Amino acid sequence: MRPQDLLAPTAAGLCCRPGGFHIDPVRPVERALITHAHSDHARPGHGMVLATQETLDMMRLRYGDNFADRTQAIRYGEILQLNDVSVGFHPAGHVLGSAQIAMSCNGLRIVASGDYKDAPDPTCEPFEVVPCDVFITEATFGLPVFRHPDAAHEVRKLLDSVRLFPERAHLVGAYSLGKAQRVIALLRAAGYDAPIYLHGAMESITHYYESRGIALGELRLVKDIKKADLAGTVTLAPPSATSDIWTRRFPDPLTAFASGWMRIRARARQRGVELPLVISDHADWDGLTATIKATGAGEIWVTHGEEEALVHWCKTQGLAARPLALVGYGEEDESASTGGEDAA
Amino acid sequence: MNRFAELLDRLSYEPGRNNKLRLITQYFREVPDPDRGYALAALTGTLSFKHAKPGLIRELIAARVDPELFALSYDYVGDLSETVALMWPRTPTSSSIKEPPTPDPSPPLATLAEGGEEVAATPSAPLPPPLQRGGVGGGGPLPDAGQGHNKPPPPTLTEVVTTLATLGKAELPAQLTHWLDELDETGRWALLKLVTGAMRIGVSARLAKTAAAALGNKDPHDVELIWPGLIPPYLDLFAWLEGRADKPANRDAAPFRPVMLAHAIETDDFATLDARDFIAEWKWDGIRVQAVSGRDDDGNIIARLYSRTGEDISKSFPDLLPSLHLQDSSEKTLDVSRKPLRTFRHQAFAIDGELLVLREGRVQSFNVLQQRLNRKSVTPKLTKEFPIHLRAYDLLADDDADLRLLPFVERRARLQAFVAKLDDPRIGLSPVVPFDDWATIRAARTDPAAFGAGDDAEAVEGVMLKRRDAPYLPGRPKGQWWKWKRDPHIIDAVLMYAQRGHGKRSSYYSDYTFGVWTEGSDGDQLVPVGKAYFGFTDEELIQIDRFVRRNTTEKFGPVRHVVHEPDQGLVLEVAFEGLQRSTRHKSGVAMRFPRISRLRWDKPPREADRLETLERMLKTEKVH
Repeated sequence: MRPQDLLAPTAAGLCCRPGGFHIDPVRPVERALITHAHSDHARPGHGMVLATQETLDMMRLRYGDNFADRTQAIRYGEILQLNDVSVGFHPAGHVLGSAQIAMSCNGLRIVASGDYKDAPDPTCEPFEVVPCDVFITEATFGLPVFRHPDAAHEVRKLLDSVRLFPERAHLVGAYSLGKAQRVIALLRAAGYDAPIYLHGAMESITHYYESRGIALGELRLVKDIKKADLAGTVTLAPPSATSDIWTRRFPDPLTAFASGWMRIRARARQRGVELPLVISDHADWDGLTATIKATGAGEIWVTHGEEEALVHWCKTQGLAARPLALVGYGEEDESASTGGEDAA
Repeated sequence: MNRFAELLDRLSYEPGRNNKLRLITQYFREVPDPDRGYALAALTGTLSFKHAKPGLIRELIAARVDPELFALSYDYVGDLSETVALMWPRTPTSSSIKEPPTPDPSPPLATLAEGGEEVAATPSAPLPPPLQRGGVGGGGPLPDAGQGHNKPPPPTLTEVVTTLATLGKAELPAQLTHWLDELDETGRWALLKLVTGAMRIGVSARLAKTAAAALGNKDPHDVELIWPGLIPPYLDLFAWLEGRADKPANRDAAPFRPVMLAHAIETDDFATLDARDFIAEWKWDGIRVQAVSGRDDDGNIIARLYSRTGEDISKSFPDLLPSLHLQDSSEKTLDVSRKPLRTFRHQAFAIDGELLVLREGRVQSFNVLQQRLNRKSVTPKLTKEFPIHLRAYDLLADDDADLRLLPFVERRARLQAFVAKLDDPRIGLSPVVPFDDWATIRAARTDPAAFGAGDDAEAVEGVMLKRRDAPYLPGRPKGQWWKWKRDPHIIDAVLMYAQRGHGKRSSYYSDYTFGVWTEGSDGDQLVPVGKAYFGFTDEELIQIDRFVRRNTTEKFGPVRHVVHEPDQGLVLEVAFEGLQRSTRHKSGVAMRFPRISRLRWDKPPREADRLETLERMLKTEKVH
């Protein structure tokens, strides 16, 4: 069996014909396998959705109970037979419940990794290397200029700033699913035990994380707090909110943004960010290249991001590689949903 | 070096002056000598070594990375130093550091075939060690810890600065490579900024000195006063600031003295002021300077020109310096470059005055002066075309006598005698404007030409009122000196684009690009003529912000296009001090000191001013 007979890009997304399903489809389909709950990968309106329990729960939180006709939860490591294809979900280390999807048929195995990172994250299962013949990798940070520093170091920068500017409110832009909770967990791990404040859009997902046993300490909603009382505090908000009218409720706000994009100065400046924090839920260049090698795959398909550089690198390593021209990922307007998770 | 790099990194994003000060002071507090001293030197532009060229940086990176990956990266990042800093490989020899030690020997397909479905299931298998990077939480390793055991520690700032000062050109590439290997991303970025001489982080020398002063709760003036005698790494300065030693003596023979500044006078102020207590002078639209001369311990004459903040700007005005080198008559030094040989008894002096361009005895406008400023090299052609002149209005020291505590009227008498004796065409006296009552001075301010300024009126931007009995006090003492500026120029322009501000204004559209009408290819169109981000009240800011949000036609990154049609849009009354031809602006003109003076909600954009109006202003040179 040729790889393209098992899995091929279509307008709706990656389609597995022998298995009768799509992966992270961007249009409504009969049967969808969803890697994780970010809104560019998990969309409502499918007939049947197969995903991890966490992904299903968070889709329900965002889209309501009727986001799909039927749902089925699958555990990490559990194997299901869908027609001729056996399917397994494996931790992707991206956000809570995120999974790589391994498909095996007639001795051929393809792994669609979805979004992933190999860096440690206290809020989700660590990334697992799944040996395969064809590995589908994202390329959000697929350029060698992207090498994310230790996230704990970035959080220390934030805490140093809070100490130096105790009269200002620190606003940290962070995607409301995954990044926000990870930043909170990192703050706690760094010994910060004061209450952390949340934008309303982060409330439900953050409480869901807590319900899954992830301790985040004392959290408060900003809307209940007087302006003067926000001096010297840390608030997590969707990135779009940190430069909008909403910030007027804070005393002399200092804008931070936790994202892999903050590596590039022009990106940070363009957003008016005063304290860029390079904290990413995607693998950086070293992570991408190391993971590709570790899978042992001889063929690499590269999707959403800087495909060109990564394809070039694969070829220099003697690996067959091609870009998958998939559209609809990492491009969603961050204000469209409850705070958005376009990328990073 | 990494701590210094962190400071530069943070400063490069911080828009607020006070916040920058806090960051720099904090750095001085945390970092020991001599590193902090070299940092102060770097921030004040006092370091001197041969800068590396961009070509060298390119060669270094070309030797280390795949050219195609570099090209793609550079194209994406857009800045050479930043690209190199980010993609410099972690280990020079290979990229194998993160590869798994040995790949799983059993092919995945074989296991799958024999074992059925469970085989693929390795629930939550721990990461292979090579993929594990960094650490989580406070207990995690230091950022550099992952770089391996045999790696030398990154260089200190002191090491970098002192090495660069003595390094030969041929050794530079190898040394840079070595440092780039040892530093982290931010460290490499800062190193490349330092060695290419392109700091550009929005910190002036004055700001850095003010931050140092704050370390010891000292007045920045005090630091400025002793500064000329100090050399990096400023151990004596920091010892004093931390209360461990006495104030370093200013051993400089030609020290700067903190300048006295004026308050802007308001109509209400006149009621409490008596015209007889004041002397009036023209307010010159030039550069405030202090010209100082003295003798060092070896008897050499030291002459310097300082800016109003105490920066030594002598290098930019070599044509004025000979006039400050005064010869003592007792010394029979024959200076052939100066004819006739002049003799003079003064050995030391400090003049407060204005730097102006004088052509055929006539003071030129600020526009002309500006063409001489901020030039990289001061060529003979430049000094000939823009002859510089010092218009003196105060004398702070004469020989060994400090005149600053004398009343102004006495200092003025000493100054007149001094300038007369000097008899140098490059140094002239700023004349007094005679008046008996405020009405006279009001008229003089409106029409300087008719009140004695004559042809020089173009370079007059108002009048100065100085109390006869005022001593020369540093800073802006209340009630001593007043400035009364001419009214600014006013035009009505149309708001075209808006951008958000910084800090407290980060949620407000507070930076405005405005334009005026001009004949275009398809009829009248607006052409941008300037940008303004102050002049309006807080209440007006809220109104404009609301207008911008409701009338945005397009967004380009951080810039909003605001509707600007003949019948739709917002007219801004813009006040400005002067106009200049500019090749950098599409309109061909650039405004000096533009600000929003009024919002013209009542005016339709079609009635705003035209470019021709501005061009007329330029032509008549009635622009002050």
